[in-house]
Amino acid sequence: MKLIAIDSSGLVASVAITEDDNLIAEYNVQYKKTHSQTLLPMLDELKKMVELDLESVDAIAISKGPGSFTGLRIGSATAKGLSQALNIPIVEIGTLEGMACNLYGSNRLIVPMMDARRSQVYTAIFGYEYENGKYVLKRYLDECAIDVKELTDRVNEISKENDMEVIFLGDGLPVYENEIDTYVSANYIKAPSHMNRQRAAAFSYLAIEKFNNGEYVKCEDHAPDYLRLSQAERERNEGIRNKGSNY
Amino acid sequence: MDQKIKILAIESSCDETAASVVENGRTILSNEIYTQIALHTEYGGVVPEIASRKHIEKINQVIDSALSKAECTLDDIDAIAVTYGPGLVGALLVGVSAAKAIAFAKNKPLVGVHHIEGHISANYIENLDLEPPFVCLVVSGGHSHLVVVKDYGEYEILGRTRDDAAGEAFDKVARAIGLGYPGGPKIDKVSKEGNPDAIKFPRAKVDESEYDFSFSGLKSAVLNYINQCEMKGEKIVVEDVAASFQKAVVDVLVDHSIAAVNKYGLRKFAIAGGVASNSSLREAFEDRCKKEGIEFFHPSPVYCTDNAAMIGVAGYYEYIKGVRSGYDLNAVPQLKLGER
Repeated sequence: MKLIAIDSSGLVASVAITEDDNLIAEYNVQYKKTHSQTLLPMLDELKKMVELDLESVDAIAISKGPGSFTGLRIGSATAKGLSQALNIPIVEIGTLEGMACNLYGSNRLIVPMMDARRSQVYTAIFGYEYENGKYVLKRYLDECAIDVKELTDRVNEISKENDMEVIFLGDGLPVYENEIDTYVSANYIKAPSHMNRQRAAAFSYLAIEKFNNGEYVKCEDHAPDYLRLSQAERERNEGIRNKGSNY
Repeated sequence: MDQKIKILAIESSCDETAASVVENGRTILSNEIYTQIALHTEYGGVVPEIASRKHIEKINQVIDSALSKAECTLDDIDAIAVTYGPGLVGALLVGVSAAKAIAFAKNKPLVGVHHIEGHISANYIENLDLEPPFVCLVVSGGHSHLVVVKDYGEYEILGRTRDDAAGEAFDKVARAIGLGYPGGPKIDKVSKEGNPDAIKFPRAKVDESEYDFSFSGLKSAVLNYINQCEMKGEKIVVEDVAASFQKAVVDVLVDHSIAAVNKYGLRKFAIAGGVASNSSLREAFEDRCKKEGIEFFHPSPVYCTDNAAMIGVAGYYEYIKGVRSGYDLNAVPQLKLGER
């Protein structure tokens, strides 16, 4: 099967074209241009480079979140447009899971983190376990938006419980480097730059597996999973709660 | 013209997700609009993040139903037109990204369209004999522009608002007198029961620019009036406040527009934008244009509100001029009219 994978959930824009277990092309850009200016021109360049016939593509993979709201939507709308026009399904991959896959087979606790502003990160804690000839991802902390301090506490705790060292990655890392260095008591390393950001090639690997298991959606059924309400909704909900407590 | 050119147009600049198929720039084969008004009502105005989220949920369905109502597929489409500004950046990006991906996937030309140019072009839909040059007043929740349309896609801006857009003033006053959101239609409705001469609100002039508008002074005058009544323990007559406010807005819009039409020696005048469906504004223009011997054009309400048909019309005229956008087309929230 042939697949186009797209990610624009964070600072990086990334596109990959894969056929089964063969990565044909990948293009990663972390630059000051907006994803709206880079993402589709990147795919266009790849398409020309590898003479891709779009009609031969079987599915579009997209990182479904969490991530920057606008970044997620640029990727999603692009995936939805491609999916609708080519009449092929969308395979949704959790952003953090896709990032963890950069470190496939690691025996450490894998902690991807993206800057969620307001001193929070979008994060999760994963680890790989060897089963039936391959590594499968195990969740130690589900995807969430939490304070960096809370994350460091959880990392220390889970590392101790499972006697595992830790590897951090993601564009939240440079933002909260001080907090990590100050509060993490577990043994940890930071992933090097070629494994440290979202990469469409890793999303492709997961997407092909999902596609083969029949896990895909129609274009109209895909929307990002933001993990967070809009500010207006949060404030409204808090308003309702506060009002409720007066009675 | 033998050849029929079909444009698929997409619009998502604010709180309507819309798609349309337009043939030869004047025939609307479909005009699908998913409106989010109900979602934003409880917040008293459009919440950009909520709008963007809804756009992404609805974009495929709206495009799909525009195509099927026009009884065509993407293969029958000659070009994709999309609003790329002005508007809410997150909202615009949904339409822009989807349109670009479809154009790329089907190898169709892409044409980025200015939202206000779309509103102006809405007048071509039902007035087949209307052609530039003419003067156009664009009034909506986000825009108040007085423009000379010199040719298709060629504009000279004579005046614009210095502060609030006309529709914004309607929303704010409607909130102050307890009518809620969206303000325009609600004020229009209750004004019919009120006396437009009951309260003398100011008709603001902008120094050194006879065609510019300013509505924030008027809005403050209404708020002051309400406060004064409250302090005196008097109850305001909502209908009279609404009607008097509306008259103050209409007077200024009509005076400025007619002055421009006369100054430029054009005998054609059009209105466009959401506020252009205001019944009292329409009546005032109809009367005044009749008196002055000016031909008056206005779109039906469905083409006044944000819609994609108008984008398809504007996109068609850009397309036949050879305008093409690249895959790097970005949303430009502050895009100026006539700018590329």
